[in-house]
Amino acid sequence: MSDLEALVSQAESDFSAAADAVVLEQVKARYLGKSGSLTELLKGLGKLDPEARKEAGAAINVAKQKVEAALEARRDALRRAALEARLAEEALDVTLPGRGRSRGGLHPVSRTLERIETLFRGIGFDVADGPEIETDFHNFTALNTPENHPARSMHDTFYLEGASDVMLRTHTSPIQVRYMQAHVARHAGADVMPEIRIIAPGRVYRVDSDATHSPMFHQVEGLWVGESVSFADLKGVVSDFLHRFFETDQLDVRFRPSFFPFTEPSAEIDVAFMSGPLAGRWLEIAGCGMVHPNVLGHCGIDAERYTGFAFGFGPDRLTMLRYGINDLRLFYDGDVRFLSQFR
Amino acid sequence: MQFSEKWLRSFVDPEIDTAALSHLLTMAGLEVEELDPAAAPFTGVVVAEVLSVAPHPDADRLRVCQVNAGGEPLQIVCGAPNVAAGMKVPCATVGAKLPGIDIKRAKLRGVESSGMLCSARELGISEEASGLLALPADAPVGTSIREYLDLDDNVFVIKLTPNRADCFGMTGIAREVAALTGAPLSLPTIATAPVSIADVLPVKVEHADLCGRFSGRVIRGVNARAATPDWMKRRLERAGMRSISVLVDISNYVMLEMNRPNHVFDLDRVQGGLHVRWAKAGEKLVLLNEQTIELTTDCGVIADDAGVESFAGIMGGASTSCTDDTRDVYVEAAFWLPDAIQGRARRYAFSSEAAHRFERGVDFADTVAGVERVSQLILELCGGQAGPVDDQITALPSRDPVRLRPARAARVLGIRFSDDQIAALLGRLGLAFSRDGSDFIVQPPSWRFDLRIEEDLIEELARLHGYDNIPTVPPVGRLAMPALPEARRGAFALRHLLADRDYQEVINFAFVERRWESDFAGNEAPVVLANPIASQMSVMRSTLIGGLVDNVATNRRRQTERVRVFEIGRCFAKDAGAQPVAGYAQTLRIAALAWGGDSAEQWGVATRAVDFFDVKADVEALLWPRQATFAVARHPALHPGRSASVSLDGHVIGCIGELHPELVQRYELGSAPVLFELDLEPLLEVPMPAHRTLSRQPSVRRDIALLLPRSTAASAVLDGLRSVAPGIVQEIALFDLYQGKGIADTEKSFAFRILMQDTERTLADAEVDAAVQELVSYAQREFGARLRA
Repeated sequence: MSDLEALVSQAESDFSAAADAVVLEQVKARYLGKSGSLTELLKGLGKLDPEARKEAGAAINVAKQKVEAALEARRDALRRAALEARLAEEALDVTLPGRGRSRGGLHPVSRTLERIETLFRGIGFDVADGPEIETDFHNFTALNTPENHPARSMHDTFYLEGASDVMLRTHTSPIQVRYMQAHVARHAGADVMPEIRIIAPGRVYRVDSDATHSPMFHQVEGLWVGESVSFADLKGVVSDFLHRFFETDQLDVRFRPSFFPFTEPSAEIDVAFMSGPLAGRWLEIAGCGMVHPNVLGHCGIDAERYTGFAFGFGPDRLTMLRYGINDLRLFYDGDVRFLSQFR
Repeated sequence: MQFSEKWLRSFVDPEIDTAALSHLLTMAGLEVEELDPAAAPFTGVVVAEVLSVAPHPDADRLRVCQVNAGGEPLQIVCGAPNVAAGMKVPCATVGAKLPGIDIKRAKLRGVESSGMLCSARELGISEEASGLLALPADAPVGTSIREYLDLDDNVFVIKLTPNRADCFGMTGIAREVAALTGAPLSLPTIATAPVSIADVLPVKVEHADLCGRFSGRVIRGVNARAATPDWMKRRLERAGMRSISVLVDISNYVMLEMNRPNHVFDLDRVQGGLHVRWAKAGEKLVLLNEQTIELTTDCGVIADDAGVESFAGIMGGASTSCTDDTRDVYVEAAFWLPDAIQGRARRYAFSSEAAHRFERGVDFADTVAGVERVSQLILELCGGQAGPVDDQITALPSRDPVRLRPARAARVLGIRFSDDQIAALLGRLGLAFSRDGSDFIVQPPSWRFDLRIEEDLIEELARLHGYDNIPTVPPVGRLAMPALPEARRGAFALRHLLADRDYQEVINFAFVERRWESDFAGNEAPVVLANPIASQMSVMRSTLIGGLVDNVATNRRRQTERVRVFEIGRCFAKDAGAQPVAGYAQTLRIAALAWGGDSAEQWGVATRAVDFFDVKADVEALLWPRQATFAVARHPALHPGRSASVSLDGHVIGCIGELHPELVQRYELGSAPVLFELDLEPLLEVPMPAHRTLSRQPSVRRDIALLLPRSTAASAVLDGLRSVAPGIVQEIALFDLYQGKGIADTEKSFAFRILMQDTERTLADAEVDAAVQELVSYAQREFGARLRA
């Protein structure tokens, strides 16, 4: 091995032995510094004759490049090691939970109401609202339920002290009446009254309280009035809604004759799931029917020209069925442990 | 309405089983709510006679009986207290199968026993378990008990809708089943009683708007002590009625059979004749149920010369009711107008079978048939001699023919029936009709009060055809896009916003304790319910705060340490000018409450109690990008130094604050929640974004710190500075508040950031300095501020 080769090899080994950047720079000086061995060798070239100088110069430069490369490699290695050490030092326990405010949630019945609104908006229904303290006219009379009508005993009504003609609404149907009256007034001059397509969600009140009855609960009223709205359409819309709401085709829907003073023909809607804990049982879920001509008449709509259907769902019951809740009272108890399950 | 299947099948017997019959009724609108067998499905039980009873040698409570069950005498050990020699009882013989027991030969305390004597409960007939089921003395020994008691029967309970009052009797249900199945209908033939005496009770119907028809007859010499036959008792019992005495039982039986309420007066107790009239104010009556009522002038009565005898069409009176000693009776069947009956019983807080039927409408054509049917059964079971029937008709309801247009039916139902189909369906319902061109002119029968308009007939067609057989079709409509106002949002957007800010939605009752109204709203005149369900739910809330506070108390009792809840709901207040319901303001509000830590307890964050400014940020987020004004304001529920009114565009829309410490204590909350309540409507409006040209010129920021008296409100200074700022000032913001060391106790320091910019040119230093000086001078003048060094 030539001296140059030995020198390169020595330098490589010295660099490798340098434990950190400071030592490495000191070691570098021994080879490449002002009086480093390679610098000295280059200085000594002047003493050689031109021919030999050229040859020796080339050899020394090759050696110098090798030493410089070794130095750079070692610098890199040390930098990498230092970075590794720092990164290791900075490492977090990434499994610790995130910080900050948590999130709340909607009431389960609100979730249902929002879904119902979204589904019906999808087929062009608007959302209507109305007062909860309602007049006797809107809650009963306009809905073809005059005073003393036996159907009134179907509702156990909350009345207000000192007022015989107002009550807490027993259903959302009075919103129908108010909406139709306003709609008729709005389109009084039109040749053809534009169709009415609304749902009316809201809180309703009845004197009743147990595991399946709450004195305050929710209803969603639906109404479609137009020049050619039929019972078959009613079946179509309701059945479609129930399948979309429960997100299953494994659901039987049946319409059964019933009676409401404000619809004729009237039907009760039952559903039966094909699987799950309630499989095969018919569950009463809504009332519906073709709007009674007297109701249309009370609202100023020509019952000969226009027909319509109406339905009333219980969102509380829909929510119970959807999430498997068996006690209605949980909805109104304000227990955040229960409510926070529906986020 | 409850009835025996066998009774129904004696009138119409379609070839379908019990389950199919039940489904048929339900799908026709007569919803079967319950269907129960008359007895458990047992075998091997026969009528037996107890021959002798001897004590058990080793057990005080047991007896050793010799029993004749039709074969060799059996020895049976029995524990029933009422076992006695000579009595007839049901006996389960060896090999019999009862619910839960197979009868085998056995030894009871060492004595051989070959069978079991049974109670009603052991046979699944009733809950009666106090002793053996005692059978009549003439029960034939050895006969199967199922056969003897006619136990192979089912009890249907149907929920009748108010329009189908015609089905409150077996004939009505039978008619319906015949119409639905086509099976032949065979109703009992009612024999006209032979008239053997001439006695007539004078009856005067004084008011035709009360009683449309009144039929009756005298029967003399009846035996009121006669036994009610077993078949009648069973039918009554399976209809949910107890057997009382033969005359009462006959009256009830005819009511159930024909849906024909009637009354049997004890004739000897009637003074003079009968008057059918409206009551006079203040008249009193002791009813059959021993309730004494004071009548008003819109109540109908049957009176005799001495006074009121009966609450017409609703309940008989005690003074003329039949007893075991009754000899002569007056049988009455009337048609009372529904309007004259409706609501009356409910007003006196009771109900009766008769009122239930009459207020919905009872066949007015069969009063005489009803009298004859009662007479027939009385003569048959109690003997006696009948007088002539007195039938007075004053005013019967009209039964106007109803026009049914096939095209209209098709439009309403979405299915087209042929004329032949319509004719067949009407025929099955027993509805007579004629034709007028393509239309059917239908004559509603006297027993149907629900067939008044065309839609009623259309429903009948649909019902009989089957709702299931009407197509389920997606509707066809003209498509039009709905309005989508960009400057409005729905309440659900607010719900999601608050949920994202860690609030859980709750729904609380709208009726609350009266005390909440005074505690949380200072409202001493709330809207009061006339008939609350409980005293703690007696008034309508005028604020949502009470409910939210109660949510905290409830959850705290359940060991929850942090509660953040919100509600959107209506609040109610008396307000003479309110609309749409005069007298009552019904405002939708949104309220939220935070209690406990500002954030959930977690690592790396020191937990502190939620404070006013945490919740204020939530209010600001709800209103964003609109800016509300918060001003010191007193609120009955809130800490006077830590509450504010919230105003938008100069209108107060709600409040925010910490719950008053007294209420924190009274409602046992431990620490104070911070809450807000706002009107919902203003929050649903959001500004339409408007574009402004961005300036290319550099902006200049200057910060100033002002020393101000402690009592100065930040918003006052900010609003003031903004109002006087020169045009180049783009933004003034408060970024620091300091009070403490280095500053007098009476002072505090506000630091403001002032951003200045012109759209056209670079600002000169002099201009900037002048603007800042103007603001500082203003603050000095208005608020006594000093520039902090």
